[in-house]
Amino acid sequence: MGDLVTMDDLTNDDIVAVLDDAEVLVPVARGEVFLPLLQGKVLANMFFENSTRTRMSFEAAMKRLGGSVLNFSSIGTSVAKGETLYDTMQMIDGYADIAAIRHPRQGAAQYSADAVGIPILNAGDGAGNHPTQTMLDLFTIRQAHGTLEGLNVVLVGDLRYGRTVHSLSHALVRFGASLTLISPSSLKMPVEIVSDLRSHGAEVSETESLQNQIATADVIYMTRIQKERFPDEDEYAKVAGIFKLEAADLGEAKKGMIVMHPLPRVDEISPSVDATEHAKYFEQAFNGVPTRMALLCKSLGVDVPKKVG
Amino acid sequence: MSEMRRVTAIRNGTVVDHIPTGRAMQVIRILGIDTTRATPVSLVMNVPSDKLGRKDVLKIEDRELDQEDLDRLALIAPAASIAIIRNHAVAEKMDVELSDDLVNIAKCSFSNCITKSDREPLPQRLRVIKHDPIEVRCYYCGRGQDMDELIENIL
Repeated sequence: MGDLVTMDDLTNDDIVAVLDDAEVLVPVARGEVFLPLLQGKVLANMFFENSTRTRMSFEAAMKRLGGSVLNFSSIGTSVAKGETLYDTMQMIDGYADIAAIRHPRQGAAQYSADAVGIPILNAGDGAGNHPTQTMLDLFTIRQAHGTLEGLNVVLVGDLRYGRTVHSLSHALVRFGASLTLISPSSLKMPVEIVSDLRSHGAEVSETESLQNQIATADVIYMTRIQKERFPDEDEYAKVAGIFKLEAADLGEAKKGMIVMHPLPRVDEISPSVDATEHAKYFEQAFNGVPTRMALLCKSLGVDVPKKVG
Repeated sequence: MSEMRRVTAIRNGTVVDHIPTGRAMQVIRILGIDTTRATPVSLVMNVPSDKLGRKDVLKIEDRELDQEDLDRLALIAPAASIAIIRNHAVAEKMDVELSDDLVNIAKCSFSNCITKSDREPLPQRLRVIKHDPIEVRCYYCGRGQDMDELIENIL
């Protein structure tokens, strides 16, 4: 109960309700208002793989709402001694009220949700899903465009291993988005996902060139080519640095077009883009806090007031 | 003469009829039938069938298939009909039915799935997404597999 493993765990109405809650919680996320909705609750941050933004924004979200956090890392713990995920999660079931889990193996979040009674929030499982990132991405898109409906979204980079774009594309087509998928051929979106997206009636096109898509896009979502997911260096070297967005490329972009990135970036977005009106990736990173606050409240069955302050 | 009579009738055991043509050997494999044992297994391949056009038929002496066998069978022979034979007569007839949730029938094919950690205790689970043609995905990681992989991965 209360698990968020993939975006399928949320209806469109749920998504909109969580985004509404997140919007109310922005002043709390900024520390302007103290609202201890989760006082006495404990979040276990179960990170079996490194994370900066996701782990810290979960922690910030919980603490801003008056809750506390147990931070777990698999380095130097019982996991290094060979403990199974099942056993580790049994322990956490007794220590915390809710857990966010990131794991290098795909399916680990669903597996954990089946193993324990407390709600599990998937904070990234291998190349699988990353639904809380998707929710903050949707929050950022709605903030900029005022709607999630019918947008033209261009997803760029590593679409094969990038779990962020897997979850996001699923969610976007449910709101009638048209998707353009841009990647080198070795990093194309997995066929199961493309077939799912099309079965929702979505217009999905695949191409290898970014330049032609800039003028018509409402959102350009850049991703990093993830070195750590490549089996060998040569394969990585072939595609590293293949997509680069510069401020000069954005001359033809629509006025309200936004450039997003789950961060960290390497060189796929030049710092020259930062100063343009299109850059939204740092706001996007902040949006992780109010969005995760709203998701923590939802999973713990705590109502968010309609306004604060 | 019935197509079923191409090989000798069995006294006790199971007749698996309406196997898609060419799949009988795979059925033998997934049912874990030991073909070196003393009791006979009869195989009829590629015979005409009203239901399937062409079909394979398998007669297994001295073994009655159980529900778990049928669940496995459903994956590669979803239209199969089963007759349990006792003392030369049909004692029971069963159809296979593919359930939507396959628990410990086959394992996930993806090398990075959480279920690839050998000591993890939760069961292998596949979800059936589509019945005709059969499309399965891992319940945990979502990875799909084709029929050849699936046969390879049956537990």
